Amino acid sequence: MNIIQILFWFLSVIALFSALMMITSKNPVHSVLWLILTFFAISGHYILLNAQFLAIVNIIVYAGAIMVLFLFVIMLMNLNSETEPQKNRWLKMAGAVSGGCLLLVLVAALKDSELLKQQAQVNEGYIGLIKNLGKNYSALM
Amino acid sequence: MQNAFQIVYLIPLFPLIGFLLNGLLRKHLPRPAISLIGCTSILASFLMSVWVFIGVKNGNTHVAEYFDFIRVGKLVIPFAFQIDALSSLFLLIITGVGFLIHVYSTSYMHGEKPEHFARYFSFLNLFVFSMLLLVMGANYVIMFIGWEGVGLCSYLLIGYWFKNQEYNKAANKAFIMNRIGDLAFLIAIFWLIAKGGSANYSDLESFVTKLSGTDITVITMLLFIGATCKSAQIPLYTWLPDAMAGPTPVSALIHAATMVTAGIYMIARSNILYSLSPLTMNVVAYVGLATALLAATIALKQNDIKKVLAYSTVSQLGFMFLALGCGAYTAAVFHVMTHAFFKALLFLGSGSVIHAMGGVQDIRQMGGLSGKLKVTFITFLIGCIAIAGIPPFSGFFSKDAILLSAFEKNPVMYGVALFTALLTAFYMFRLLFVTFTGSFRGTEEQKHHLHESPAAMTIPLVILAVLSVIGGLVGIPEVLMQGGDKLASFLSPVIAAHESPNPVSHSTELGLMGLSTALVLGMIVFAWVKFKNYKSKEETGFGKVLENKWYVDELYEKIIVQPLQQAATFLKNVIEKNIIDGLVNGVGKATQYGSRQLRLLQSGQVGSYVLLMIVSMVVIFAFQFFLRK
Amino acid sequence: MLINYYIFLSLALFCIGIVGVLTRRNAIIIFMCIELMLNAVNLLLVAFSKMHHLTAAAADPNAIAGTDAQIFVFFIMVVAAAEVSVGLAIIVMMYRNVHSTDVNFLNRLKH
Repeated sequence: MNIIQILFWFLSVIALFSALMMITSKNPVHSVLWLILTFFAISGHYILLNAQFLAIVNIIVYAGAIMVLFLFVIMLMNLNSETEPQKNRWLKMAGAVSGGCLLLVLVAALKDSELLKQQAQVNEGYIGLIKNLGKNYSALM
Repeated sequence: MQNAFQIVYLIPLFPLIGFLLNGLLRKHLPRPAISLIGCTSILASFLMSVWVFIGVKNGNTHVAEYFDFIRVGKLVIPFAFQIDALSSLFLLIITGVGFLIHVYSTSYMHGEKPEHFARYFSFLNLFVFSMLLLVMGANYVIMFIGWEGVGLCSYLLIGYWFKNQEYNKAANKAFIMNRIGDLAFLIAIFWLIAKGGSANYSDLESFVTKLSGTDITVITMLLFIGATCKSAQIPLYTWLPDAMAGPTPVSALIHAATMVTAGIYMIARSNILYSLSPLTMNVVAYVGLATALLAATIALKQNDIKKVLAYSTVSQLGFMFLALGCGAYTAAVFHVMTHAFFKALLFLGSGSVIHAMGGVQDIRQMGGLSGKLKVTFITFLIGCIAIAGIPPFSGFFSKDAILLSAFEKNPVMYGVALFTALLTAFYMFRLLFVTFTGSFRGTEEQKHHLHESPAAMTIPLVILAVLSVIGGLVGIPEVLMQGGDKLASFLSPVIAAHESPNPVSHSTELGLMGLSTALVLGMIVFAWVKFKNYKSKEETGFGKVLENKWYVDELYEKIIVQPLQQAATFLKNVIEKNIIDGLVNGVGKATQYGSRQLRLLQSGQVGSYVLLMIVSMVVIFAFQFFLRK
Repeated sequence: MLINYYIFLSLALFCIGIVGVLTRRNAIIIFMCIELMLNAVNLLLVAFSKMHHLTAAAADPNAIAGTDAQIFVFFIMVVAAAEVSVGLAIIVMMYRNVHSTDVNFLNRLKH
């Protein structure tokens, strides 16, 4: 297992875990913070895929600007875990089950696909690099 | 004479115009105008018919094609009129007798309101129009149009006094029974077209090679069923006596000139086919004979003046079918003609009697009318003599021809037919004596009211009486006068000459004539003795059975009408209410219940909508990925 | 790196987002879940972009195949930013009206 794979798994676990925490935490502010962590993990994936520009934009726009907007709104309304409305337990269960079913169906549908045998270029390739900004592609071709 | 054939379409057109004028303007025309239109239209077509008849007599025939009535694939059914010996003869009978009945009606129906008077005349004209269409059509399809038209008009006219529920029932009975025969006729036409590819009379000759023996038998049998219905033979005759519900001139029209002769005409028209099917011929002969005998026995004990005449018509029609079945088509047509004369005479005479009696039809309340109703009595007497068959009156010649043909076929048949003829003489003279001789049995008021009918009624009677006397002279048998059978030679182009299987010698023929005449005369004397001083008494035993018409109506009621009604009641109460209604209401209830439950899904909460969306997505994905392969 | 890891990762993130939408009633959290779903798609788009680039680069070292997918991602981010501003404005308006961010109060669709 090389460093890239270690990084991949590490980032994936962070992303999934913080996403789960985001939807389970009672306090909206905590949710926002977990979501920001998720976005950071996703940005890490972008860097791993050599998409530096998108990684930076993701952090600046999403984790920075958008989530700050969310935080502002939450603070504006003074929401906290006590005022958080709770759904009916059965409805929650139904939601979780149907979401799980969707995952199951999609995974089952894709698991035999020919597509899955293809490789993705990791940590190489020049597209999406910051240094390409300002390059004249027509001259390149 | 060619130009008479050019405008042959005018013959049915005149009554049609009369029908339209009287029918559409019935609220605006005064009574004389209605009579004028009604009678002139028939007179015009009678004159046209005479003109055409003279042309045919000179040896011309004509088929006038106007347009294609049906054109489907190879099948072409033209709207065409065929003028030949048979149809021109029927044209004369229909328009001639029809005209006299129209004239008679102008007086007989005088008591009606102008509006109903016009309705009556428009129906009469339509009746004549339909009948003309029936006999003039050059193929079975056109004949069927007239056939249906005749059925419709009989319904309209029998139910003319539509406020009387009983009359409506009689009209329904006539119409529904006719439908049975119509169905058989229709199937016969389809069969003919399917196997032969044409319904034209002119193609009948070629069918002989195209059709198998079974086909011909089935077609002729179906045509015969159609004919039994229109011409009131066993088992479908019961509508005709009930048809007396209509005004008396209508009965005359139905019985003499139109309607009931349609079946005879149809079979005479199809004589080529019938000659090829001995089985059908036998069936026709036996059914005709049985009908003749049955109706004659019923007529013996009827007390309604019109009912007696109605059963005598059924009986005479039976004679005609007997002749057809024996292959003596000419004799049948001859009898149609003479019968038209004397039956119209008798019906119009009875109408005159009923008119004088103020609507009473029961002969038990009449008697001794000969003094007051001289013209009616004399003409009625002539009619009775004619129908009884005493030479040289018309009925003798035609009936004798039929009896002769029956004798040639089978002497037993001849015996039964002769017996029926004797019964005919008996019941007709019973009717005559009970009505016109003896003493009056009605009320004083009626006695005071008795009067001879006006000229518009007596003149047609006189004309018909003259025709009844001399009408038979066109068909004098060869044995009495060389070349006397003008009718047979006239009809010979259309109807193949009757070839007797075992011809009788002249002496036998003369002997048979003498025998029947002597017996008939004896029967008349017997009737005179028995009924000259008639006293009404309750019938017992067999007489009661006859008076009740062998209980045939009751039998039909029991074995056909009631089971059908029970089945209908069952269908209505069980099948309809429980199953069909249950199904319909069940669909409604299921929809209501389902929608009441489904309504809960529309909670208005976004969450549930999204949940449903996801569930549906899962289902669609699952279907798409796993099941669609 | 096999593409299937990315596919299953983004599917998992996407479904977590869906479960969040289904289980929470707070409009802001639901909105955040939608953002998470968008990001899951973005990740997959980038992974596919690199996958295509790999096959194209094998034939031509200078190929720029796959760039378009990253441009898509960029546009999605732009649209998401705009959508968030509008959506948050709506949520604020809703809060001012009903003093709550509970979507169950928004049952006017029933009528």
